[in-house]
Amino acid sequence: MPDVEFRNIVKRFGSLTVLEKLNLKIADGEFLVLLGPSGCGKTTLLNMLAGLQETSDGTIAIGNRDVTDLDPKDRGLAMVFQSYALYPTKTVKGNLLFGLSAQKLDKAEMQRRVEWASKLLQIDALLDRKPAQLSGGQRQRVAIGRALVKNVDVFLFDEPLSNLDAKLRTEMRLEIKRLHNELKKTIVFVTHDQIEAMTMATRIAVMNSGVIQQIGTPDEIYERPKNLFVASFIGSPAMNMVPATVVANGGTCVARHEPSGVPLHLSRYQFEHQPKTGQNVIAGMRPEHFSVGEMPEEACGAYFELPVRYTEKTGSDVTAFLESGGGLIAVRFDSKHYHVPAAGERLRVSYPADKFDLFDPKTEVRI
Amino acid sequence: MTVTIEATAFAADRVKVKRRRRRIRGSSIAILVFLTMCAAFVSVPLYVVIVTSFKTMDQIAQGQIFSLPTEWTLEPWRYAWSQTCAGMTCKGVSAGFWTSLKILFPSLLLSIGVSSVTGYALALWKINWAGTFLFILFLCAFVPFQIIMIPLVVLVSSLGIFGTVWAVALVHAILSMPLLTLIFRNFYKDIPDEIIKAAIMDCGSFWKIFLEIILPMSANIMIVVLILMITSVWNDYLIGLTFGGVGTQPMTVILANTVITSFGEVRYNVNMAAALLTAIPPLVVYFGLGKFFVEGITAGAIKG
Repeated sequence: MPDVEFRNIVKRFGSLTVLEKLNLKIADGEFLVLLGPSGCGKTTLLNMLAGLQETSDGTIAIGNRDVTDLDPKDRGLAMVFQSYALYPTKTVKGNLLFGLSAQKLDKAEMQRRVEWASKLLQIDALLDRKPAQLSGGQRQRVAIGRALVKNVDVFLFDEPLSNLDAKLRTEMRLEIKRLHNELKKTIVFVTHDQIEAMTMATRIAVMNSGVIQQIGTPDEIYERPKNLFVASFIGSPAMNMVPATVVANGGTCVARHEPSGVPLHLSRYQFEHQPKTGQNVIAGMRPEHFSVGEMPEEACGAYFELPVRYTEKTGSDVTAFLESGGGLIAVRFDSKHYHVPAAGERLRVSYPADKFDLFDPKTEVRI
Repeated sequence: MTVTIEATAFAADRVKVKRRRRRIRGSSIAILVFLTMCAAFVSVPLYVVIVTSFKTMDQIAQGQIFSLPTEWTLEPWRYAWSQTCAGMTCKGVSAGFWTSLKILFPSLLLSIGVSSVTGYALALWKINWAGTFLFILFLCAFVPFQIIMIPLVVLVSSLGIFGTVWAVALVHAILSMPLLTLIFRNFYKDIPDEIIKAAIMDCGSFWKIFLEIILPMSANIMIVVLILMITSVWNDYLIGLTFGGVGTQPMTVILANTVITSFGEVRYNVNMAAALLTAIPPLVVYFGLGKFFVEGITAGAIKG
């Protein structure tokens, strides 16, 4: 079974360069999510893999085949589109069968595959219906079925869940994850939704303005973001970025939070490069890692007592925005353990010492 | 109590608003008068044509063109269909009817066949110079026939088909292609991009995608184009007159020859009947095809 490799991919639209010398290797059987904001080049990358857009330079290989100049139908891929893209005049069965039309198969084999895919996706009762007679979730299943019947090794998904409502999206997320576990095929999945990426991917490639910012498992991406962009893109509410200055270097490394002068204890932080005294850094603190009240001294990285500007309650969670210097620090905690603070109330929160993320303010890279 | 009073006042207000809407205003009277005049402009002559075609010549000779036939007769219709003279031949307009059909079908097949495929290719496939080609087509759609008539005659006679129904059909098809291609291209341009992308990944064959996916989605535009083409081919006079030979002239040319015949008595009732016979086929097409319009060609294909 093949892996997929992009080598030095360049994509230009006229004088605009969208992708510049991009390299990416997707291992066999992997569920890779291309994650990034709109216009970051992730769909372009997927379309180039599918053969729907041409590369300006570089090669794409599937297994040991160079597919850069092959027709889409000859690449051995199947794709699921955002808008389902079903054929409106064909029945569900007709849609599935048309997916097989590039492969020369005998009737019995085609029939067998349609039966298999429709059972797997629970659309076997709908085979004679037209797309107009289906609900959104059913249409999405048919679209996935049309890809499955091809029995290829690499599946491409172009934001397939963004047209579904929240409940269906969760269902289909599980469904796609289940299919991946059962079929063990390589999946390349494009999305701008970090929840989809975090829940489904075996690896995530975070993209911004045509460059892969970081590639790693969901945990790596979340726990050790390589740069400011990844740190701020992943996580909801977004990570707090506060300016700080390193004040003591040596046995106990301490940085001072610029607006308030609160010390940040960095002794548990794993530095990639040792900082100098007096160096400016940006300290990232995830809202969900804060806890209300005090912590044991050896675990505590920072302790703030700040007034609440406003709060947002989302079911079990409360996010409080604390006023600090000119900015706000978001703090998320469980409402079971603490009452919802009123605006203006002073809230005491502490941040664990092992959860900091430090970045260089100039290069935006992790320190 | 005040609340109730206010509510009643409010309800009364709403009733007033409703009534005001129903009243006929000056502008709507003007529109009505205008539309009635437009309708009369077409329907009064049509009425005269119809009643005259059912009258005997004796009644027509008395004048009173608006009166109903005192004695209804189908004789003028029968005569017009099978016996009236156009020039030297006296076989009625029926000869022209069959010729018109022989012209109509090949020209429909050729023009719709070629222009729908061209429109599909221009709209949904990447074609070099597509923009330039479209611009030239656009220009061609506005060139009057009279300008290129003589070169076309030379061209068609060099093909060796001048004076046959094929010549008339071919010229009709070629002249309608720029407009039809633009119509098809604009229609296919609205087909969601992802459907054609999916089809390219599934199958990749230009013809198979056209025949299995695109053509079945074209019912609406086909009806529009059919009505347009049938009406224009059937009602055409100039192309039929120029390119048709003796015995291969379409119904309109036969009709004209019948009506302008200058010897003997002018049989108005026969002329009217012949004119109506010529006008019936496009009318039938209009009313017959109109009901086949289907709504929402992409229903269910994509997120609505």
